[in-house]
Amino acid sequence: MTEPKRSFEECRQHLASMSDEELYQYFWELAEQITNPLIEAGKTYTTPAIERSVLLRMGFSSLEAQAIVTGVMEQRLMPHGAGHVVWRLSEKLGLSIRETGLLLIQGHHWDEARQLFAGGAA
Amino acid sequence: MTSKKVIPARESGIPMDPDKRLDIRQILDGLEDYHSPRRPWHWREERDQARQVGDFTYYETSKPLKNSIPLPGSRGFGYIDPQPDCVITTEIASGRFEDDVRRMRMAAWHGADHIMVIRTAGQSHIDSLMEGTTQGIGGIPVTRKQCRATRRALDLIEDEVGRPINFHSYVSGVAGPDIAVMFVEEGVSGVHQDPQYNVLYRNINMLRSFVDACESKAVIAYGGQLQIDGAHNANATAMEAWKVMPELMVQHAINTMFSLKCGIKAENIALSSVPPTAPPAPCMRLDLPYAVALRDFFRDYKIRAQQNTKYMESETREATVTHTLNMVISRLTSADVQSTITPDEGRNVPWHYFNINAVNTARQSLSGLDGIRQMVEIKRDGPLGDRVRELKERAILFMEEIVDSGGYFNAVEEGFFVDSAEYPDRKGDGIARDPEGGIGNDSLFLRAPDYFAPVSVHFGNNNIPEQFECASEAIGGDTFQDPSKIQFIDELDDYDNVQTRIAERQKYYDNPQLIRPEVEFMADGVLVLTMMLPCDKRHAEVAALAIGEKMALSDCEVIHSQVMHPSEGTYIEMKGKVGFDIDLSTLELPEVIETLSEAEIREDIREKPLTVVAATVGEDEHSVGLKEILDIKHGGIEGYGIKYHYLGTSCPIDKLVDAALETKADAILISTIISHNNVHYENMRKLANASIEKGVRDRLILVAGGTQVVNETAVESGMDAGFGRGSHGIDVASFLVKRRREMSGE
Repeated sequence: MTEPKRSFEECRQHLASMSDEELYQYFWELAEQITNPLIEAGKTYTTPAIERSVLLRMGFSSLEAQAIVTGVMEQRLMPHGAGHVVWRLSEKLGLSIRETGLLLIQGHHWDEARQLFAGGAA
Repeated sequence: MTSKKVIPARESGIPMDPDKRLDIRQILDGLEDYHSPRRPWHWREERDQARQVGDFTYYETSKPLKNSIPLPGSRGFGYIDPQPDCVITTEIASGRFEDDVRRMRMAAWHGADHIMVIRTAGQSHIDSLMEGTTQGIGGIPVTRKQCRATRRALDLIEDEVGRPINFHSYVSGVAGPDIAVMFVEEGVSGVHQDPQYNVLYRNINMLRSFVDACESKAVIAYGGQLQIDGAHNANATAMEAWKVMPELMVQHAINTMFSLKCGIKAENIALSSVPPTAPPAPCMRLDLPYAVALRDFFRDYKIRAQQNTKYMESETREATVTHTLNMVISRLTSADVQSTITPDEGRNVPWHYFNINAVNTARQSLSGLDGIRQMVEIKRDGPLGDRVRELKERAILFMEEIVDSGGYFNAVEEGFFVDSAEYPDRKGDGIARDPEGGIGNDSLFLRAPDYFAPVSVHFGNNNIPEQFECASEAIGGDTFQDPSKIQFIDELDDYDNVQTRIAERQKYYDNPQLIRPEVEFMADGVLVLTMMLPCDKRHAEVAALAIGEKMALSDCEVIHSQVMHPSEGTYIEMKGKVGFDIDLSTLELPEVIETLSEAEIREDIREKPLTVVAATVGEDEHSVGLKEILDIKHGGIEGYGIKYHYLGTSCPIDKLVDAALETKADAILISTIISHNNVHYENMRKLANASIEKGVRDRLILVAGGTQVVNETAVESGMDAGFGRGSHGIDVASFLVKRRREMSGE
C-alpha cells in the first residue's frame, strides 16, 4: 500500500491554468520522457527471440533458429548476434548460410565460430 | 539449397462457388509452396462521400460488396446492404482453423473485413514459434501453417465478396519478434502488439518485453500492418472498470509513443478502446466523456472501438444491447475499426452464428446511426466538458508520478497499474512486477560493438560491415526480399493435426450432402433448445436436462437460465448433441414458387381492383392464420390493395359462395385448420361443388389455407391452390394476381 495520496483537487493545481492545447503538449512530453529509456534499452540489448527472428529471415526454420540460438548462447556469442555468427562462419568456410547453420546445429565448427569472435564480450 | 517455386496468391486454381462449402483439403494442397505477399492494412474504399443506396442517402458508408447477405430487415427496403465506412472486426478461433475458415467466409458475407484469430491458451509463454496444426484451447496455436492456410482461404473469400480482408493476430509473449516476422512473411495485416500486456498479464520480464517489442514493432512498421494496443485488458481486469479510465489513457500513451519511436507510422497505430461500463450503470454518461477525452489526446491515431466484455453474462440479448450502446458512442465520436464481441462469449467459446450476430449488430447499428452527427453533436459546454478535462488531468498526474518514481519499471514494481481506484486515489490492488523477475529475466544480452544482424529490417545498434549498403546484402537478401527462402514446417505432431481431424470426419468431407447440426466443428451435432419451464430456477435447470435426455440428446448442458418469476417460470437455453446424420439427398423439397414483387402486385391491383370473401369453414373456430393472410397489419393481402370481406369462423360453405356472388368477389379464401378424417379436404370439395352448382366456378378463384394443407391435394380437391404452414400474404396475393391473369388469358 502506498502512502496516503493528496486529493485530485490538491494535485491538479499546477495544471489548472493550462489550456487544453498546453495539456495536450504536456501529455505527450511526459509520454516521451517515460518511453525514452525503454527505447534506449531496445537499441543496446538483444534477446533469444530477436536473434531467432533474424535467423528466420536468413532462411532457417523455427526449429533450426531455436537450435542455433541455443548454441550461440552456450558459446557466449550472443552479444555479437546469432546471425552474425552464422554469416562470419559461412564466409570462413566458404559455404552457404543454410549449410553453415545446419552444420552448427549438428555440433560442428563451434570452435571456429568462437575463434572468429575471440576477445569479444561474453 | 535451391530456390523453391512459389505459388503466388490468386493463382491457386481453387474455384469458389457460393453454392459449395469451402473444402479445406484444397486449401492444404500445395500449401508449402503458397505465398500471399506482404499485406499492408486495408481500409474500406470510397469513404467520406455521400452515397445513394436504394431510396436513401448515406454519409458514412464505403464501397459496396459484390456478394453479401443483407440484414433481415432490408426486405422492406429492396434488400439494400449499405457497408459502413469503418472496418468491422470479428474474432474467430474455435480451436480448429479448418472449421474457422468456413466461419470466416460466413462472416465476410455479412460484412466483416477484419478477421482476428485468438491464440491458444499458453502460447505467450512458448519461447519459439509453434508449428503444425494442433488443436487449440480458447483459440488456435498461431503457426505458420495455420496462418498460411487461413490467408489462402481469405484470399479466395475476399475475391468472392469483393473486398480485401485484413487477417489479424497477436505479436506478444516471449516469441514476439519471431511471430512478427512470420506474420509479415505470411500476409497478416493487423496485429496486437503492446509490451505492457506481457508485463502486466503474462508476467514476462519487463526489460525483455520492451526490448523484444522494439524489434517486433520495427518489423510491423515494415509490414505496414495496423497495430492495436492492449490497454483494453486493464478495463477487463480492473475490479471497478469505470475507475480505470485515467490509467487507460496512460497505457495508450506509453504504447503509442513507444511504437512511434520504433518507426510505426501514426496512421498505423490504433488504440484498443472499450467503453468501460455497461448497463444498468448509466454507461453512456460515464463512457462518453472518456471517449471524447481519448480522441482529443490521440487525435493523430486510429481508434479501434472494442465492445465491453467486462460486464457480460450468459444472456446474449443483454450483451447485444450493451454492444449497440457502444456503437452509439462510436458514431457520436469516431471509430476507424469497429470490433465486435460475440454475444455468447459470456457462456462459451464463440459459435458460428454468434460471430454473424455480432457482425450484424455492428452493421445494423452503424447503418442505423449513419450521419447522426449532422443532427446531434456532443455538448462540451457542461458536465461532459468538465469530465473530459478532469480525465485528461488525472492521466497527466499519473504520468508525472511514473516519472517521479524513476520511470516505467519502478512504477510497475510499485503496483501503479490496474489499481482499481481512480487515480490519484489508490486501492493498493494493482499488479506489481519485479524488474529482475518474470519469465525470460535471464535472457538479455548487451550488444557488443561489433553486433550485426544481416537482415533488411532491424531495430537498434547494428554494426553493418562497410562493404554493404544494406545489412541483408551480406546474405544475398532475406526472406522479406526473397520469399522462396522461407522455411515451411508442415507438422510436428503425428496425431494432433488437421489431417487426423479430417480423417475422423472423412464421410462429411467426402459427402457434403451428409449433415449434422453444427456450432463450432464440422458435424459436432450441437443444437440448442430454448424453453420456458413453469417452475423455479433450480428445478428448471434439472428439468431441462431430463427433457434433453427424453429427447435422446447427449452431453446436455444448460447454457443460460433466467428467472421470469421466482415460482411462475424460468427461461432456459440448453445445448445438447444429436447422434444422427441427415442425408440431404433423401429429402423431398417442396416446389419453389416464385412470387411477384410487391410493387408488381400493387400495380396490378391498382389498375384492376380485386375483392375476396374469406372465412374459416367447417366446425372450426380458428381465425389467427387467416387474419394474418388478410390483415394489412400482418403483411396480409390487404396491404397490396386487395379488398376483403371476412365472414368469421365456422362459416357454412353456401353462405360463402352467396356472399361472393353478392359482393361480386373475384375469389374465395377458406381457412381450415382441423384436419382429422381429412375434413379439411372434404370442405374444399364442398366449396368446389357449390361453386359449380351455382355456375360460377369458372369466374371464381378458390384458395384454401391451413397448417395441414398441401397444395397438390388442395388442387385435387377442386381448389386453384392450397397454402400450408409458413405461407404469407404475399404468397396468396401473388397467386391471386397470377391466376387472374391466366383466367383472363393474359
